[in-house]
Amino acid sequence: MAKIGKYILGIATLIFMTNCGNNNDSNSGAMSSSKAEKVYVAPGEHDEYYAFFSGGYSGNITVAGLPSGRMLKEIPVFSQFPTSGYGYSEETKPMLNTSFGFVPWGDAHHPDISQTNGELDGRWIFINENNTPRIARISLTTFETEEIIELPNSAGNHASSFVTENTEYIVAGTRFAVPNPQRDMPINEMKGQFKGPLSFVSIADNGRMNLEFQLNMPGFNYDLAHPGRNKSHGWFFFTSYNTEEANTLMEVNASQNDKDYIAAVNWQKIVEYVKNGGGEKAPGTYAHNVYDEKTHTATSTMKEGVTMVDPREVEGAVFYIPIPKSPHGCDVDPSGEYIIGSGKLSTDLSVYSFEKIQTAIKNKDFVDDSYGIPVLSYENTIAGVVAQPGLGPLHTEFDGKGNAYTTFFISSEVVKWKLGTWEVLDRQPTFYSVGHLMIPGGNSRKPFGKYMVAMNKITKDRYLPTGPELEHSAQLYDISGDKMELLSDFPTHGEPHYAAGIRADIIKDKSKKYYELSENEHPYAAKSESEAKVTRNGNEVHISMTMIRSHFSPDNIEGVKVGDKVYLHMTNLEQDFDVPHGFSIIGANTSEILVMPGQTKTIIWEPKREGVWPFYCTDFCSALHQEMQGYIRVSAANSNTPLKFTLDE
Amino acid sequence: MKTLIKFLLFVVLLVCFVACNNSTKTSENTTNENPKNETSTEKTGQAFIKDEGGTPNALQLAIQSEDHSTLVAAVQAAGVENALVNVGPLTVFAPNNDAFAKIDETTLNNLLKPENKSKLAFILTHHVAPANYPVDMLKKNAKKKRKLYMASGKYLEVTEKDGELFIDGVKIIGTVNVSNGWVHVTESVILPKD
Repeated sequence: MAKIGKYILGIATLIFMTNCGNNNDSNSGAMSSSKAEKVYVAPGEHDEYYAFFSGGYSGNITVAGLPSGRMLKEIPVFSQFPTSGYGYSEETKPMLNTSFGFVPWGDAHHPDISQTNGELDGRWIFINENNTPRIARISLTTFETEEIIELPNSAGNHASSFVTENTEYIVAGTRFAVPNPQRDMPINEMKGQFKGPLSFVSIADNGRMNLEFQLNMPGFNYDLAHPGRNKSHGWFFFTSYNTEEANTLMEVNASQNDKDYIAAVNWQKIVEYVKNGGGEKAPGTYAHNVYDEKTHTATSTMKEGVTMVDPREVEGAVFYIPIPKSPHGCDVDPSGEYIIGSGKLSTDLSVYSFEKIQTAIKNKDFVDDSYGIPVLSYENTIAGVVAQPGLGPLHTEFDGKGNAYTTFFISSEVVKWKLGTWEVLDRQPTFYSVGHLMIPGGNSRKPFGKYMVAMNKITKDRYLPTGPELEHSAQLYDISGDKMELLSDFPTHGEPHYAAGIRADIIKDKSKKYYELSENEHPYAAKSESEAKVTRNGNEVHISMTMIRSHFSPDNIEGVKVGDKVYLHMTNLEQDFDVPHGFSIIGANTSEILVMPGQTKTIIWEPKREGVWPFYCTDFCSALHQEMQGYIRVSAANSNTPLKFTLDE
Repeated sequence: MKTLIKFLLFVVLLVCFVACNNSTKTSENTTNENPKNETSTEKTGQAFIKDEGGTPNALQLAIQSEDHSTLVAAVQAAGVENALVNVGPLTVFAPNNDAFAKIDETTLNNLLKPENKSKLAFILTHHVAPANYPVDMLKKNAKKKRKLYMASGKYLEVTEKDGELFIDGVKIIGTVNVSNGWVHVTESVILPKD
């Protein structure tokens, strides 16, 4: 018996070793060295693509290079950012203003790059905030957030911030149906009472956003969206769930109906309707925050009122299409013909045909209506079904070669399938439980089709453990061949809900190196050391100070008193690439700031104790950085110390 | 005359760019042909960043100036290009071609020989202060009798006479603000005393 046992053990060990050997072969053989070459970016060389990852609950965007996965920058958008002082400095605080007041931390979701003729043009990147519904526009020349617009009457802006193919409009959805207008009412009476407004924001040539109208849809949960493109340009498609209109234990109660809806919206028709005076003026307070590159200052304007459109009033503009089981992703292929809906509890992927939808609308082939909105037939709009590709489909992107790539959360894989034949071509595991995926340009007319990044929700053992909280893992795949090839694995920051990628050469040469000092219109800018000054107005003291390698001017200030409110307006006089100066003073309760060449930034300092207090440059700017410092003398509140400021007196 | 100077400047720039590009290409080729030699330290660093537009740094300015071709040749022979482009801040006392012409030819040619590279580098770094010294600051230094600490590790004296500034007795005849500090053109080479 023991002998048999040993024999079996021997075989088992042998099998195990053989397996191990095989694994080692595939990990360290020629294959793996070519993978290494594919992601290796030599010292001093640049990556081929920029990738902009949403930071999720960080509220920001991180920029990485592909294929290396190296993080290049974090762009603050909806959250205060200690590194630069965004949301702390007096100039940037208004960016985080909302109708609910100052909101220091947001939940960023889906970045999307501006397009011209359906192709990525690299002017701006947009991203939505889910919690306090907002959309932000970030310049891709300065990589700074330039504008944030709030969406009133909405809650949970998840189906955003997707742009139409000439960046005419950007949409915002309502994921949590709410009373519109908001009012005090019993929660369990929501059915038929709550609404799910969809907001349409126009983009001007200079990027400025304007809330044009809201489409007051029935109170389902509008989850994700994509614009039609190419032949379906002019339409927008939104998935919705909770057509049950449940208000409690949603995980059970919102999964009762066999089918929910995709809302197909002909936005061009509604734009026309509104232009001709259609829609009602409805209440709605929202903040519109704009950053001016010349004054280096943001202003927040509180706006009132919005044009509310009843979808039933615009003939032929809004339709529902049935889709199985609580859909999530709603993606449109490069030709614009196929709309892919991913029922997250469904075992199949439903692909709709734009042409069939048009025919059904023309023939008034309606099977039902929902709150007065015509419901098209599932059978007569479906183009095909990808049968049993995996478990828990979420999102689909395209390679521009007739293939689609869909993520499956539950079975933790990406599946490549063919548009038109619906056959599954390849599947690759992800590590673990993939949410979004991104192919640079993968939601445009012209995907770049070389790399695909899977953004995973679960990290577990992928990297060295760092306590209970782990950064999310991403995997990079080469999709240029017939089969997807896993190349590398890298951590991302926060929780990337989606990302946007673009070929680097489209934007890198336009990247700003510094701000022109001569164009600085900040009211407290000191554009030379001779303009530096200190003025007192009651207990407000304004210090316009300059920074240059390696001193401040002035660097000795006297006459400040306990109880003063001291505004430190710092101007960086450098006109050179990558020479920021930082500023920090002991006892400052706001923050440090980092000031770019040519820029002016302000923090408030309220000295609480008498004494001589040092300040210094926080950025190692030069060989004599350690010498870049100064003193402010603080006297008693009732003292007569005269105001005096000097440099090297 | 102005157009001529501009034209010459353009030619010098062009030559410089071509030279730059060539050197980059050469180093790329070397890297490709010999993967073991991953980084070549020759002709790499901030001096070789292609940076069109904006204010030129001290080295770019010298290269653009036809009056400083000897200085540029000396900087290149000594291999101290990167010392003139780093964030500094730097103050460079830049002898023009006439200044170099005052040195007898044999001495000058000797200095430009590879075996005298370190000696030449010492003389050149003796012209560079790791500090921000615009004219006003130099005047103040003269008044307060503050010496200038140079990248050579030695000190230079600054004096003012009849509104003119002298560095160890060498007259400053012009000043240009560059992106990483200041360039003061001098009428002679400042030779280290010992």
